[in-house]
Amino acid sequence: MKPAPFAYEKPGTMAELFGLLAEHGADAAILAGGQSLMATMNMRLSAPEILVDINGLKELSGISVSEDKLSIGALTRHCDVASSEDVAARVPLIHLAMPYVAHAAIRNRGTFGGSVALADPASEIPACMVCLDGEIEITGAMGVRCVPATTYFKGLYETDLQEGEIVTAVHVPVLGDGERHAFDEITRRHGDYAMAGLAASASVSGTTLLNVRLAYFGVAGTPVLAIKAGAALEGTINDSCISAAQNALDSDLDPFDDIGCSAATKLHLAKVLLDRVVRRLVAVQ
Amino acid sequence: MDKAVQVSMSVNSEAVNRTVEPRQSLADFIRNELELTGTHVGCEHGVCGACTVRLDGQIVRGCLTLAVQADGCTVETIEGLTESGEIADLQNAFVTRNAAQCGFCTPGMLLTAAELLAADPGASREEIRKHISGNYCRCTGYQAVVDAIESTARNRLGEAS
Repeated sequence: MKPAPFAYEKPGTMAELFGLLAEHGADAAILAGGQSLMATMNMRLSAPEILVDINGLKELSGISVSEDKLSIGALTRHCDVASSEDVAARVPLIHLAMPYVAHAAIRNRGTFGGSVALADPASEIPACMVCLDGEIEITGAMGVRCVPATTYFKGLYETDLQEGEIVTAVHVPVLGDGERHAFDEITRRHGDYAMAGLAASASVSGTTLLNVRLAYFGVAGTPVLAIKAGAALEGTINDSCISAAQNALDSDLDPFDDIGCSAATKLHLAKVLLDRVVRRLVAVQ
Repeated sequence: MDKAVQVSMSVNSEAVNRTVEPRQSLADFIRNELELTGTHVGCEHGVCGACTVRLDGQIVRGCLTLAVQADGCTVETIEGLTESGEIADLQNAFVTRNAAQCGFCTPGMLLTAAELLAADPGASREEIRKHISGNYCRCTGYQAVVDAIESTARNRLGEAS
């Protein structure tokens, strides 16, 4: 199908961008990679009156590292995040997740910030942000504010982003001493939306885990931190504690049925993922 | 609303200047305005990969990219790649291995495979399958497609060494 007619503007400066957003309010949609927006517009699930194309705002692209954090500009393409040596070395979780983000042609266009702004419940990047306890940098005409990922994702496609604001970057802590990351997801076809997925981090010493953070996606309207399962994994990892953590997922998660599979299947897959991912965290490297 | 926009771009090394509606996809622009119908339009929501074209050297979904976004860019389609001979070996392998049946997915499949072959001619069958995961084929069951890409990759590695 074809999208409904719309007007098109491509601002050259942030000031022009905020001017357009103020002028058009809820009638405007921001076009970054467009890999979800154009699909929903083609299917007439959304029909903004004007698209504001931010691809001319080069200052929104790029990856930078300071002593304790890594920042990814909102307009940075998935393919550039995937090939970044800084991301691979300093925040392995994001590097591990990137090959699962859609397909090659979509990763060439889709943007990191777009994924954070859309907040698709089956998307990998929001779960990584929550797992890493990262921050979302949001800019509006009035200035810049940073929101913890743990409070930014509020519901199904619902975030802390307000009208007239735009996600400009994300900031995540770099890998600490002894910290490890692991990631996996289950899909029918590689690159499709996850039926269930898991982003995990922990401090690892031999086969002992501390500070375990398990962020699930595809199982609720937002990424979900599995607190009780994480607590059950603190200590030496063996079959019985993995089993206890899997049982704890019964109370941590409350999945919904979706077009791909039932809630019961999602819960089962979440338990399969826990086993796989935890064993990877403690595997000899 | 929906004011037409002037765009200029290079398509298969030829300069193109047109006035387009903002809502026209790059795939529809290529097919309907330029009459290059090798680029196919299938699902129109980014799932099937039939509309794959190159934008500034990278493969993209022609249905999820607007023609206005290609302003100032370099676009390459299956017609351009065929004419330049860049993927002649891959196309021959598709014929030899019977990797094209109805042919609807073939242009997108070739562009997608070409990107992998250029980046990593040592790619394994599993890596080939992952790379073409965004391109649906409803005829071949993919086996013949993977065979064709793999044999092209091995031949290129052989020639390079």
